[in-house]
Amino acid sequence: MSLDLALALSSAKPAGSRPYFMDPEVERVLNILMATVQELAVTRERLDTLERLLEAKGVVAQSEIERFEPTKDQAAERGLWMQEYLNRVLRTLQQEAEAMQTKGDLASEEVALEVSRADA
Amino acid sequence: MDGSPDLKNAGPAQSYSGPPDYRVVGRHGVFPETSHDEIARFNFLAHMNRHLSTRIMPAVKTAWERRAGPAFETRESRAPNDRHEVRKALLQDPYYQAWSALRRATMEQRQQAGRWIALRQAEILSAKVDGLTKAGDRLELDPALPIPRYVSAVDHHCMPGSYHREVFPGDVSGAANYDSGIFATTGGALGRFSDGGGHAVVKWVRKTLPDFRPHRILDIGANLGQNVLPIAQAFPDAEVIALDVGAPMLRYGAARAKSLGVENVRFVQGDGSDLSRWATGSFDWVQTTMTLHELSLTSIKAIFAETFRVLSHGGIVLHVEQPQYAADMPLFEQAMRDWDAFYNNEPFWSTMHELDLDGFMVEAGFDRAKLIHDGVTAVVDKDVFPDAADDEGEDYGRKAAWHVIGAMK
Repeated sequence: MSLDLALALSSAKPAGSRPYFMDPEVERVLNILMATVQELAVTRERLDTLERLLEAKGVVAQSEIERFEPTKDQAAERGLWMQEYLNRVLRTLQQEAEAMQTKGDLASEEVALEVSRADA
Repeated sequence: MDGSPDLKNAGPAQSYSGPPDYRVVGRHGVFPETSHDEIARFNFLAHMNRHLSTRIMPAVKTAWERRAGPAFETRESRAPNDRHEVRKALLQDPYYQAWSALRRATMEQRQQAGRWIALRQAEILSAKVDGLTKAGDRLELDPALPIPRYVSAVDHHCMPGSYHREVFPGDVSGAANYDSGIFATTGGALGRFSDGGGHAVVKWVRKTLPDFRPHRILDIGANLGQNVLPIAQAFPDAEVIALDVGAPMLRYGAARAKSLGVENVRFVQGDGSDLSRWATGSFDWVQTTMTLHELSLTSIKAIFAETFRVLSHGGIVLHVEQPQYAADMPLFEQAMRDWDAFYNNEPFWSTMHELDLDGFMVEAGFDRAKLIHDGVTAVVDKDVFPDAADDEGEDYGRKAAWHVIGAMK
């Protein structure tokens, strides 16, 4: 039950109307971004803990991580992952670019009317 | 040895200045458990607050001096008359907007992070508190006590539920959230148990009034008792009352005190503006620590009057607060200090800081010749925590450096 409480209430709004300092849509994106920045810091700290524990147990030294050189195949796998990742993150720009090159693109709402006409 | 630095020990810790890792936080029997990532979240927030105050906020002044201030003077053909005009002009400046949006976001993230921790174990915490408080007379609640408007209207510090609401009967998650997260908001500047203000008061009293031996001490707006415990520990023969309107804070505070082995504090639910349950001259010390700014004009006057009444002759009242907006404080600084009033739900903050507190105390009955004014900074373990006394910077309203305003009856 406590986990349900936490899921339902941890992000609750405090009493009092919220001030916005920027265009609310911009500030909304900033708020989401800063929460994401926080979670990246959390992941970084966890990774740091892991590396230090691995070193303390003699599994992997941090210097080995620093000196690590991928083989050609590993580098290719990592490069492909990075390409996939950037594609995913910057999806919206690719779609904007495609839209600029498309002529006569219809909105689904327009097509909805069209395909519903008696003479369609 | 020639006195040169021992380079073998000159690791990063030697030159590090910044918030300590959250893991040095003081834990007691009802402190919430925190996972690795929950701690990392608080570490991020402590650093975020520091970054905002040391790296970003200084340029708000630049924006005022070079941009928003000159724009105001061009538009109005005069300088601003008061801090409200400065703040409203700053609201138009993109840098102030960005700083404000980030500061608000950081406060909301801090509440979210602490609430997640406290709520996910809310039932366990409630049971632990119950176990530590059900026997004995260290906790006295009054469910019929009306919650003052100044507490219920908006949630202070954007803290959902404020000091008084419960998610279920016996819930203390609000208090656990407050207790665990204040470290992140202050970057550890209040010390392990967030009690640097209480230790500062003890240090001040010992130095200023070395022969003072209080028998009965009243702390008004005691919250979860973090600042009154150092006082109770410093004067173990005194009987201490921690008074607050918020039942969850008091329950948690009583359990916290019990687990820390402080036995001479009783946590009582009540409103400082009505101390009629105590006879005239009942206390020789009345204390408030960062409480006045969360009241209202009528309650502050009533509290001053009641404080005078319940104090014995020779007794002292001490109010610890951020400095007042004196005439020589630049309007820009006043406007910056007002930020928490309007954007962090501290609605009385602005008015309180312009009040003639001396006049109020004289009106309450105190002798103007026996008023007390001084400054204190948080007393912390300097090996681990940042010391506000050594800090040249300013965090406009959040720095752990306060004024003491008080009186001897």
